[in-house]
Amino acid sequence: MEKRAIFSSKTLPYLLLLPQLAITFIFFYWPASQAIWQSFLLEDAFGLSSEFVGFENYRTLFEQPEYYRAMVTTAVFSTAVAILSLSCALLLASQADKQLRFGQGYKTLLIWPYAVAPAIAGVLWIFMFHPTLGMVSRPIKTMGIDWNPMLNANHAMILLVFAATWKQISYNFLFFLAGLQAIPKSVIEAAAIDGAGPLRRFWTIVFPLLSPTTFFLIVVTVVYVFFETFGTIDAVTGGGPAGQTTTLVYKVYSDGRLGGDLGSSAAQSVILMLIVIGLTAIQFRYVERKVQY
Amino acid sequence: MAGVTLDTVRKIYAGNVEAVKGVSLDIEDGSFCVLVGPSGCGKSTLLRMIAGLETISGGTVKIGDRIVNQIEPADRDIAMVFQNYALYPHMSVYDNMAYGLRNRGTPKDEIEKRVKEAARILAIESFLARKPRQLSGGQRQRVAMGRAIVRKPQVFLFDEPLSNLDAKLRVQMRVEIKRLQKALGVTSIYVTHDQVEAMTLSDKLVVMSGGQIEQVGSPADVYRRPETRFVATFIGSPPMNILPGTVEGPGRVSVGGQSIAVTDMREGLSAGTPVEVGLRPEDVQAGSAGVSALTMDVDFVEELGATQLFHGKVAGAEFVVQASTGQIPADTRRLTLAIDPANVHLFDPQTTKRLGRV
Repeated sequence: MEKRAIFSSKTLPYLLLLPQLAITFIFFYWPASQAIWQSFLLEDAFGLSSEFVGFENYRTLFEQPEYYRAMVTTAVFSTAVAILSLSCALLLASQADKQLRFGQGYKTLLIWPYAVAPAIAGVLWIFMFHPTLGMVSRPIKTMGIDWNPMLNANHAMILLVFAATWKQISYNFLFFLAGLQAIPKSVIEAAAIDGAGPLRRFWTIVFPLLSPTTFFLIVVTVVYVFFETFGTIDAVTGGGPAGQTTTLVYKVYSDGRLGGDLGSSAAQSVILMLIVIGLTAIQFRYVERKVQY
Repeated sequence: MAGVTLDTVRKIYAGNVEAVKGVSLDIEDGSFCVLVGPSGCGKSTLLRMIAGLETISGGTVKIGDRIVNQIEPADRDIAMVFQNYALYPHMSVYDNMAYGLRNRGTPKDEIEKRVKEAARILAIESFLARKPRQLSGGQRQRVAMGRAIVRKPQVFLFDEPLSNLDAKLRVQMRVEIKRLQKALGVTSIYVTHDQVEAMTLSDKLVVMSGGQIEQVGSPADVYRRPETRFVATFIGSPPMNILPGTVEGPGRVSVGGQSIAVTDMREGLSAGTPVEVGLRPEDVQAGSAGVSALTMDVDFVEELGATQLFHGKVAGAEFVVQASTGQIPADTRRLTLAIDPANVHLFDPQTTKRLGRV
């Protein structure tokens, strides 16, 4: 179906488009082009002068072991959060899909964490897991584990993964639930008559039919972990201990804002931009077309 | 193979809604049983209870000699064809048919043999590699049937399998289902709201209404001797005409002051007892006056090609007469109808039961 409005004058359509175009240019394209330009500049320590250095910022960036470490951290972080948040959400959604008493209330409660701002979520988690103050840390310590996310990089990463996962489960849950409800009941019944038990039904019928949803959520979750967990990281670990939980996005912030190296920070932003473009392309290409049955 | 026996089967939904009110039915091994009735009469619920997709609130369901009330659908040795086909959209036609066999650990070469055989019978051999979405409605229907056949179950269950097809394909598939069932000899239970499907397919016709069985019998019996007014008006197209009347004496009733003879009439009905007089549109002869006659005022005529339907009123009640085209001039305003006493059905206005010879 094609929807097409007919305008008598030529200016009206452009006027109607103008607000959206203005927002896109002022808030998206302009800063993006500024970042690209900045990534070719080297600024002096006091911000008084800048010099064009070409790809020098990129070259030094790829010579830093810290940058590769941030890449690995980001990869580990996003993989862990994606696996954990998707599987928890799928488990919860498949339970919520059954006819339950108070089902509606249960679903509403599950959506709440999504409304919590990332930084606040981070603060909540660090309060619970703080090595000396945390109420959850105490039982962990009595179990004989020397829990300290402030000093132990693995502990810090585990805490971040939990905090980030907790927030993303709600979103993934909603989409999985909608996906499950779109599967015709008779298909499940046919499988039951065909001799497939509940688990086998899930893995051979339900899960494959959910694959478009799953793929979409993987992309969305990875984008979330890349960019929106900044607040969580800043509140929980601040990228530490010793830069061990610094992700690519957090490094942009710490190098540019804390380290004052605007050129390198801009170069990192440009690389992140390329990653987002890549992820979006994958999403359009596969979610819209390929993952279908 | 096995028969199916239902003993006072009931289904009560939450909120005390009784969808099936104690149905008892004996379906012989190898027969084709059709459950027919208007929507909401409980026929689908009954079928789903036999399949094990609904719990049974009361009574027992037996497949062969085994009570299956507590047995999972997978272990009841049945196969079901759904209205929307319920094919697995992500699997090829071959995998759709093989799925049930794989779940049961059938050897690979045996699966291949059976799927190929079913595909040959249903003429879908060339589609085996395709996905369901690449098939037409009729082809999907065949795949759904194939999925049932390969399992070699004791009972086939059909839940309105033809209602998503267009009229032409429906007739074609109907014939194929009948032929297939005769060839395989598997006990089949078929649910439909279409009385033509019900009449043509069944060995045993079960007419249901309001969660109860109205009548069980061969399609010819049900058509010739409907036990209730509901069955009389539900089976047959166009439906049977019902006229108000009173008993005159043994073998005679009066309709709007006109007396007609009745062959099948309960003995001992006193004169003046009100009755409902049923006459099929195809059973009344227009024109010539016979043993007994009724007069009809014609309102309009419907053309069906080979036949014409004359709509009008007899004794103040709506009446339809079916006649071969050309038999009666289309501009006729008043018709005399000859009534064969053997074709008159009498019903009790209160109980709606047939007032025939016991």
